[in-house]
Amino acid sequence: MRWIWIDRFEEFKSGDSAVALKNVTLAEEHLHDHFPGFPVMPECLMIEAMAQTAGILVGEARSFSEKVILAKIKKAVFFDFVRPGDTIRLHAKIEGITPEAAQTAGKITRGEDLIAEIDLMFSHIDQNLGGKKFPEHNFVFTEMFGELLRGFVDRYPGSESKK
Amino acid sequence: MAIGRDEIFAKVKDVLVDALGVDDDEVTEDATLMGDLGAESIDFLDVVFRLEKAFNIKIAREELFPAESLMGNPEFVVNGKLTAKGLDELKSKMPHAELGDFESDPDINKLADLFTVRSIISYIDGKVNG
Repeated sequence: MRWIWIDRFEEFKSGDSAVALKNVTLAEEHLHDHFPGFPVMPECLMIEAMAQTAGILVGEARSFSEKVILAKIKKAVFFDFVRPGDTIRLHAKIEGITPEAAQTAGKITRGEDLIAEIDLMFSHIDQNLGGKKFPEHNFVFTEMFGELLRGFVDRYPGSESKK
Repeated sequence: MAIGRDEIFAKVKDVLVDALGVDDDEVTEDATLMGDLGAESIDFLDVVFRLEKAFNIKIAREELFPAESLMGNPEFVVNGKLTAKGLDELKSKMPHAELGDFESDPDINKLADLFTVRSIISYIDGKVNG
């Protein structure tokens, strides 16, 4: 995860579910092109926000020992536009987790409105791909996003150096 | 409670239509998952998850699709073909597959053709109806 696309967690139930929040602002430059005169959040970036929320949930469920990679978008249905000034909530739930992979179900809401339903599948890549070797260092979960989890769980990437 | 083969086929079809984004009529019993239905390796995990949910059972991925443990073992694979030992291992691990011509030319590139819709139905049948 090389960039952060969610603002904070509101709920984090280890191994079960999480709710993250994102504020959308016209200061995001891509909104000026998507589209000129009609700025709406690109749907692919809603999927990214869900992938980060659910991916962190899945990673934490195995104490960040696995490299968790988005493997498949099982479902992505959108019901409404998201505009600058909106606050969206990303609700993710683990549906199943095995040594090789995890499945999550998710929805995006704005207030009471349902914006999207996004179900994802993540691969624990060290357990897959026929023994192909990846760097030992966990390049997925860097300290950069560890701060998001402060106050929700005891251990997160970078938590050791804060003590 | 026993489930009929037709009912198993119907549920397996739903699973494959959802997981692989294929049309209803593409999912025939003879269709191969990778060749005909375009499944990729990650889809196998997805299919296993969905089958578990649809039939309310636990499935070890290696049990349904035991290819990886075979391929990585030099005792079982020599020069891109399964050895006699490898074939025996495949038969014991995958009783739900019909080997057919594969036995006379056990080229591992053709291993994927053994993963047919029928092999899934037979596997589920054995699992649910014992």
